[in-house]
Amino acid sequence: MMRIELVKRPQRSALFSVLSPFIAFALTMIAGAIMFALLGVNPLDAFNIYFIQPISEVWQLHELAIKAAPLILIAVGLSVCYKANIWNIGAEGQFIFGAIFGSIIPVLFPQFEGPLVIPLMLLLGMVGGAFYASIPAFLKTRFSTNEILTSLMLVYVAQLFLDWLVRGPWRDPQGHGFPQTIQFGDSAVLPELMPDAGRANWGFVFALVAAVAIWLMMSRMLKGFEVRVLGSSPRAGRFAGFGLNRMVFFTFLLSGALAGLAGISEVSGAIGQLQPVISPGYGFTAIIVAFLGRLNPLGIVAAGLVLALTYLGGEAVQSALGISDKVARVFQGMLLFFVLGCDTLIHYRIRLIGVTLMKPNAAKLDAAPKLEEAR
Amino acid sequence: MDITVNILLTIATAATPLLIAAIGELVVERSGVLNLGVEGMMIMGAVGGFGAGYLTGSPWIGLLAAIIVGALFSLLFAVMTLSLATNQVATGLSLTLLGLGLSGMIGTSFVGQPGVRLPNLDIPVISSIPVVGKLIFGQDPVFYISIALTAAVMWFLFRTRTGLTLRSIGDSHTSAHALGIKVIRYRYLAVIFGGACAGLAGGHLSLVYTPQWVENMSAGRGWIALALVVFASWRPWRVLAGAYIFGAVWIGQLHAQAFGIPVPSQFLSSLPYLATIVVLVLISRNKRLTMMNTPASLGQPFVPDR
Repeated sequence: MMRIELVKRPQRSALFSVLSPFIAFALTMIAGAIMFALLGVNPLDAFNIYFIQPISEVWQLHELAIKAAPLILIAVGLSVCYKANIWNIGAEGQFIFGAIFGSIIPVLFPQFEGPLVIPLMLLLGMVGGAFYASIPAFLKTRFSTNEILTSLMLVYVAQLFLDWLVRGPWRDPQGHGFPQTIQFGDSAVLPELMPDAGRANWGFVFALVAAVAIWLMMSRMLKGFEVRVLGSSPRAGRFAGFGLNRMVFFTFLLSGALAGLAGISEVSGAIGQLQPVISPGYGFTAIIVAFLGRLNPLGIVAAGLVLALTYLGGEAVQSALGISDKVARVFQGMLLFFVLGCDTLIHYRIRLIGVTLMKPNAAKLDAAPKLEEAR
Repeated sequence: MDITVNILLTIATAATPLLIAAIGELVVERSGVLNLGVEGMMIMGAVGGFGAGYLTGSPWIGLLAAIIVGALFSLLFAVMTLSLATNQVATGLSLTLLGLGLSGMIGTSFVGQPGVRLPNLDIPVISSIPVVGKLIFGQDPVFYISIALTAAVMWFLFRTRTGLTLRSIGDSHTSAHALGIKVIRYRYLAVIFGGACAGLAGGHLSLVYTPQWVENMSAGRGWIALALVVFASWRPWRVLAGAYIFGAVWIGQLHAQAFGIPVPSQFLSSLPYLATIVVLVLISRNKRLTMMNTPASLGQPFVPDR
């Protein structure tokens, strides 16, 4: 019988706050190797196909950027929420509503063309995401309803609403009955950055700009300070005159708007029309991105690229080895687990202590030998 | 008459997984731990139950496997939050994400395979009494387990010393620790019980409700179970009532779709989720009631200082 004991560090360990994502990544690799071995695949081959081959050519890096853009956009917004100890986990729904609002112009007014179309679509996308995020924020501030459950329930509602739109009123009449809207016109498609090199579009630039902007806000502006104070001690925040209700609305509207922007960028840039399913779970994966990036916008950019790679790798092993692309989700889940576990090392030392169940006295004498102590 | 009985039977079948998962989570939350991984444990129970049933041909082994898989999966959460003191909200979420991914991967080969179904109870003569016979003596075995479980949890929490201890830990882990109670050990057992229940609920989905494997077949039921615990203000009998109300909503929208009511099916399908939100708003509007009933140390990590 073994017991884990945590010993509080006098102050947070600077070393482990840098190291822990890397340890987590290494542990995920080990667990992943075991998983591939269990599936009967040589882990080294699998890793080569999963992590190296998908990013060995320039056009593939563009694909990586396409996948990373929504993850980063959503995750920087969520990081502000989580820093404030407010739990928006419905980004997937806000992503969908951003996509729906932004698509109003190309679907309902396809004759409207020109350079104004894209900015208007992006704006509408942000409004849509913010609107959808305002529902759990309103319920939390007005009725103190748990925002975790309401924001999550709204994801299912958003998915069904999108499904209804593309099968019903917004279906392309010339689409042979396929559940999809008309293809967006040329002026409603988000331009590619370097059309000669690959498909990456402006969405990735938006993501980088958002990350830098939020980083500036969190580290250099009063609003960021307010977020951090209210997150770590709501009482202290109240004495400082920061309103918790205003903060709930601020973080939800901000993260909703960013998720909405990600939604319309994805639809306008990568897909080109609305379909029943427009996201492989970006809104949920972004939660992992936010934590892997240590809720720091710049860390999130790196984490977003890593998680985007897990999507590409999942598709690669599916086509090369015939393993389900669900393997990507498993990698993502394991990564988040290990990240959270390794974060414990920042605040605590971990001791493993052998306990003899039969002889309590002997156990006391034995308590000294530490099988492993994290330094 | 027969139609009424059949509708009541389907409502009970829809309510059973919600009830079991919520009762398990209720015990977990009463011990002061918030496990948001119910959806993940449920879907793992569903895939484990289906797999074991499909491979052995015995639905009973499937049901047992579902319970074990759910309990083992919750152990992961327990080690993280109780031994490593990680954030419970984030860890629970990651348990759900991992469960959805892992079940999808494991279940790839089960898609489209015929499953095995737990037979309904069939007592000669008695089960064929009109109305009562079918409702009380002719349902699936898990239904009876769910009712017995609710009664047992009610008795355990409010009529036994151990139950009292568990509740005291949920209200103040520091005081309980000072009294010499093994806070972490109690919480481990509570979390594992919750995982076993969620696994059983998942097993009910893939062995009784729809005896086949469909990816994401839990369809948010784990989250609804979490909402039910809040709605029930942490009382077992209110969980029972809530689960049946939600079972009725779930079945009601299915029947409405079948009758071809001129409302888009997607709107009807979203009713259970919207109902969850409405119910949560109604119950949390009364702040004093919620404050009084919420276990005071719910969701807070506990690191004993020695």
